Amino acid sequence: MPVQEGIYGLLAEFDTPGALVHATEAASAAGYRRMECYTPYPVEEAAEALGVVKNRVPLLTLMGGIMGLTTAFLMQTWISRWGYPLNIAGRPMFSWPAFIIPTYEWTILFAGLSAAFGMLALNGLPQPYHPLFNAPNFRQGATDHKFFLCLEAIDPKFDANETRAFLEQFHAVSVVEVDL
Amino acid sequence: MATKGQISDPMIDPKTGEYAVIAPGHNFKSVTEKIAGVVLTSNTPLGWFFGLIVAAGVATFLVIAITWLFLKGVGIWGVTIPGAWGFAIINFVWWIGIGHAGTLISAILLLFKQTWRNSINRFAEAMTIFAVCCAGLFPVLHVGRPWLGYWLFPYPNTMNVWPQFRSPLCWDVFAVSTYATISVVFWYIGMIPDFGTLRDKAELPLAKYIYGLLSLGWRGSTRHWMRYETASLLLAGLSTPLVLSVHTVISFDFAVAALPGWHTTVFPPYFVAGAIYSGFAMVLTLAIPIRKFYHMEDLVTLRHLDNMAKVMLGTGLIVAYGYGLEVFMAWYSASHWEFFMMWNRMFGPMGWGYWILILTNIAIPLTTLWSRKLRVNVTYLFLLSLVINTGMWFERFVIVVTSLYRDFLPSSWGTYKATKWDYMLYVGTMGMFAFLFLLFVRLAPMIPMNEIKMMLPQTKIKPSENTVEETA
Repeated sequence: MPVQEGIYGLLAEFDTPGALVHATEAASAAGYRRMECYTPYPVEEAAEALGVVKNRVPLLTLMGGIMGLTTAFLMQTWISRWGYPLNIAGRPMFSWPAFIIPTYEWTILFAGLSAAFGMLALNGLPQPYHPLFNAPNFRQGATDHKFFLCLEAIDPKFDANETRAFLEQFHAVSVVEVDL
Repeated sequence: MATKGQISDPMIDPKTGEYAVIAPGHNFKSVTEKIAGVVLTSNTPLGWFFGLIVAAGVATFLVIAITWLFLKGVGIWGVTIPGAWGFAIINFVWWIGIGHAGTLISAILLLFKQTWRNSINRFAEAMTIFAVCCAGLFPVLHVGRPWLGYWLFPYPNTMNVWPQFRSPLCWDVFAVSTYATISVVFWYIGMIPDFGTLRDKAELPLAKYIYGLLSLGWRGSTRHWMRYETASLLLAGLSTPLVLSVHTVISFDFAVAALPGWHTTVFPPYFVAGAIYSGFAMVLTLAIPIRKFYHMEDLVTLRHLDNMAKVMLGTGLIVAYGYGLEVFMAWYSASHWEFFMMWNRMFGPMGWGYWILILTNIAIPLTTLWSRKLRVNVTYLFLLSLVINTGMWFERFVIVVTSLYRDFLPSSWGTYKATKWDYMLYVGTMGMFAFLFLLFVRLAPMIPMNEIKMMLPQTKIKPSENTVEETA
């Protein structure tokens, strides 16, 4: 990755989830779009303020489930009918009721793996480096007891001075610049 | 309802008379410190080392038993014809049943929005995974040539041989491997945010590095949290039918056979209930010493123990119904062989097993668990959890042995006697389980920090805070 110069955004630190949600709502109302909240536990109100309540994890899970279902059923049908037909007590080769259980298990297996890995992929994880980890106070509390709002520099409305003044009116504990 | 003497207890909510889910007085920081402190401290308690050494010592039985088995073959076990399935399947079903409570707590209780699960789900899930590890050993070792155990999986091979999908044993492979995989994934996904916390709190460079890798760069972004929450709910929704199906499939190993005592339609629900019964007993067996040892009484409160005891009471009653129904059907089916099997099970040479089962699984727990005083009596619950675990082992023993060793023809009757290698292997898996569990409580957050934080009163967003701008 080429070395980039400049700032990633402005990071405001809050002590309570309420203050964070309020600042996020205000920033959204003021026209900021490229922003993100960082909290030690999921704060639904913050997601509402950011407008990110819906996501594509359920769709991926459904697709995974359908894939598992068809894979398992067709595999068993092929193996039992053509790949390695075993005639045991004259049972039909295509004895589909017996195939239901592995089919069911693989539906769950594929759907579950799609949910987990789909979530990670959509989140862009694993991502060991992120500019926010440069912020001095971020690692002190983002996963512990602090609430952060980051207004990102790529937002067209972003202006280092104006945005800082905007964030400071919400009684943030601190507002710091995050280097890229 | 609380009695008068208990009202002064700060853990009891005066309005409802119930114990608090978590003790008052915690905040975000204190929750992190308390849980991460167990992992990140450089002062490992001596008791932990002691436990680990004992567990490792017991686990060496496993190593010895497996080595001898590899050298000599399954003939060293007590299995023979007609008792072709002895300890291997008893222990397999027992261990996998124990695992089920972990998934139940993490999945079904999450779907039902039972917030009390938050304090116990992580180590219950760990228990599931280690129990499945122990369970998985038995069928693999039982196949005779364990190093070829992978033949059970459908994979393209030069011999052009594929598994037989009409066999319940093949269904087992699918059910158990799916169960193990999904449990590990669910467990790990749940720990990612907590690994992030450990990474940020760790001071040793090595710990920082390892937890940094494990946390995958988690930073608590709200977009990430929302996808994470969706994925957790979906995994819970998928694990719920999974946990019910796994033990159902295992019960099919029996129920699909046309053997008296096995050929019963009550098996799937009765096995699932029994699994949850023994699983909750094992959660108590683990939770009670751990909360005492690590002083987690304010996070794993009497409310949790009480609720788990109630679940045991409920599932225990289902199990009792299952036993009753087996007896009833033996009579009502008018099948000579069913009737003989039941009589032999109760009063035959192995009848002692049946009566131990009734005593430990039904008589002792189901008469005492009605009392709230006993449900919140930690010592009693711990002893009871051991009793129930024993009882559930005897349930599997009774089902497997007393059906197999005397079937239709007296000329084919035999007996079953476990050898010392059977016992060593069984005891050895307990050592392995304890060893893995001790490593887990030392190296990973045993209680999910982010989920506990969600339950704190500080998470409530007060309407007054929304008016900061006007007053500013």
